[in-house]
Amino acid sequence: MNQFLIFIKKEFLHIWRDKRTLFILLGMPIVQIIIFGFALTNEVKNARIAVLDFSKDPTTQSIIAELEASRYFEVERTISSYQQIETAFKSGHIKLAVVFPGEFAQDMAHLNKATVQLVADASDPNVANTLTNYASAIIMDYQQRITDQRKLPYTITTEMRMLYNPQLKGAFNFVPGVMAMVLLLVCTMMTAITIVKEKEMGTMEIMLVSPMKPILIVLAKAVPYLVLSIVNISSILLLSVYVLEMPINGSLLLLVSVSILFTLVSLSLGLLISAGAGSQQTAMFISLVALFLPTVMLSGFMFPVENMPLPLRMVSNIVPAKWYYSIVKAVMIKGLGFNAIWKETLVLTGMMIVFLGLAIKKFKIRLA
Amino acid sequence: MLAVKADNLVKNYGKKASAVKALKGISFEVQPGELFGIIGPDGSGKTSLFRILTTLLLADEGTASVDGFDVVKDFKQIRERVGYMPGKFSLYPDLSVAENLEFFATIFDTSIEENYDLIRDIYVQIEPFRDRKAGKLSGGMKQKLALSCALIHRPSVLFLDEPTTGVDSVSRKEFWAMLKTLQTKGISILVSTPYMDEAAQCDKVALLQDGNVLTINTPAEIVKNFDGKIYGFRAANMLHLLNELKGLNEVQSAYPSGIYHNAVMAEDRLPSVLSKLKMDHPLDLEQVELTPTIEDCFMALMK
Repeated sequence: MNQFLIFIKKEFLHIWRDKRTLFILLGMPIVQIIIFGFALTNEVKNARIAVLDFSKDPTTQSIIAELEASRYFEVERTISSYQQIETAFKSGHIKLAVVFPGEFAQDMAHLNKATVQLVADASDPNVANTLTNYASAIIMDYQQRITDQRKLPYTITTEMRMLYNPQLKGAFNFVPGVMAMVLLLVCTMMTAITIVKEKEMGTMEIMLVSPMKPILIVLAKAVPYLVLSIVNISSILLLSVYVLEMPINGSLLLLVSVSILFTLVSLSLGLLISAGAGSQQTAMFISLVALFLPTVMLSGFMFPVENMPLPLRMVSNIVPAKWYYSIVKAVMIKGLGFNAIWKETLVLTGMMIVFLGLAIKKFKIRLA
Repeated sequence: MLAVKADNLVKNYGKKASAVKALKGISFEVQPGELFGIIGPDGSGKTSLFRILTTLLLADEGTASVDGFDVVKDFKQIRERVGYMPGKFSLYPDLSVAENLEFFATIFDTSIEENYDLIRDIYVQIEPFRDRKAGKLSGGMKQKLALSCALIHRPSVLFLDEPTTGVDSVSRKEFWAMLKTLQTKGISILVSTPYMDEAAQCDKVALLQDGNVLTINTPAEIVKNFDGKIYGFRAANMLHLLNELKGLNEVQSAYPSGIYHNAVMAEDRLPSVLSKLKMDHPLDLEQVELTPTIEDCFMALMK
């Protein structure tokens, strides 16, 4: 036991004395959250739009007022004809045009149904898509309200696929992704590198010619990174709640527990890599290529897994981050309990057992 | 019971056809309490041999035991009782002197206080720097710290792989003196070195070349068994002189050694050698008869 404790103490000293690495390990999640939260967002704010109102009645006026009131749009009032819209689009001055036909108010009053035309600059399809979604959501919202007021026998509903994130906040998507990425980087890459470093420095040689059990060496290496990861989980959660104003809808305890489970999976993976890698470069390369890229690409964080072709969807199943990502989304955003995530939790637990078992089995008790 | 016994050890690296033969059947025995030297140039197989004996590598053929324990079967027992200092400085450079020592003491399930008497003579020299990082120590200091760490658990057999490589000559002398002191405390020591002049410090030496043992004997016996005469020559043009010596029939071998070129002859043929050399070096040729040193014996054996 003493052996184990002094080994952990030694690992902490290594980390503590390498201030630059420590700074990166603890600063990375903070920087990532801030960059993703404020800079790399696919939210569109203050987009200039044109409104062409041929109807000019109270209904259209209040819809325009609603559009203007939202922080997504800034209504450009100088435009009053189709020709001007076209020039404004071409010069890139506006991103979207809302056109109310002349018979809008009439249709609304007599047919209970009216059309609004949304013209978007689709040279950037994502922005166009987001803007039309915002605009129709606002219009739909308005429509619903007046329908309620008039107590008419039917209501028009449109499926908007914006459940749980009505404002399409980007943060809801990337916070779980950043958590998966940071934990994976800190745990997998750092553990893999630190064990291989001992091999490179030759200290592993002395360590092997000692009564210390190899399994204790391996486990002692993992403990400090587990602690570091818990610090990182806390800083990510604090930042997302207090800076990005993102609520934690589910149980905090459950969220932290599954995060620790994912940390353990990453640690085991790091240990497994270190057992096979001969140099720090190899360990880093394997961690980056075999883990980091699949995590970014296949976990559903950047690109939805559902849209991928079948082979990629199958590959995504062996990416631990995919399971963690959906757990975090379920618990943090949708506020679901354990019975909604037991399957994912089981998969992660299984992965951890397999990785750790392989790592211990592959740990060399000799040099070659 | 023997401290170390190696029996026909063979070690190859790489695939069958292009394998590098590091050890080609090495056998020797080390008595308890003996200071045994493995002398050989770089690439002669010293480190492979040490790694097999410290259970870090498996031999392809042959058997070996340390303190009566088999290096393959009983590797756990061996790991508990030997001290090993690899050739490369292998302590933690970012930990201080005291932290390194404490770490290794604890890893070996002991404490600094428990075995302080064993390392005191060595450790007092580095104690003034106890809070300095190991990576910032000088070469000689690093060696002393590494030796302290290898000794802290009172091993019965100490394996030192090239402990004096890269250390200045004063520190090397001190280091050998320390080994002699340790010997008196009942520790068997197996030490390797590429410096032949250090062989004289050992009780017994094995000369290794290309994975073969050339000879095993006490330093005194090796010198006594030297066959032939040895002279040192010098002149203004030393390079020319060496080539000339190598070309002479009377001379078995010639090699530079200090200010002289040493020439070994099977019997005393000095007059005929001198007459030939005088032609090219009429004015400045000097010669001196030398008593063979252990280096000369090794040079002769390695021919």
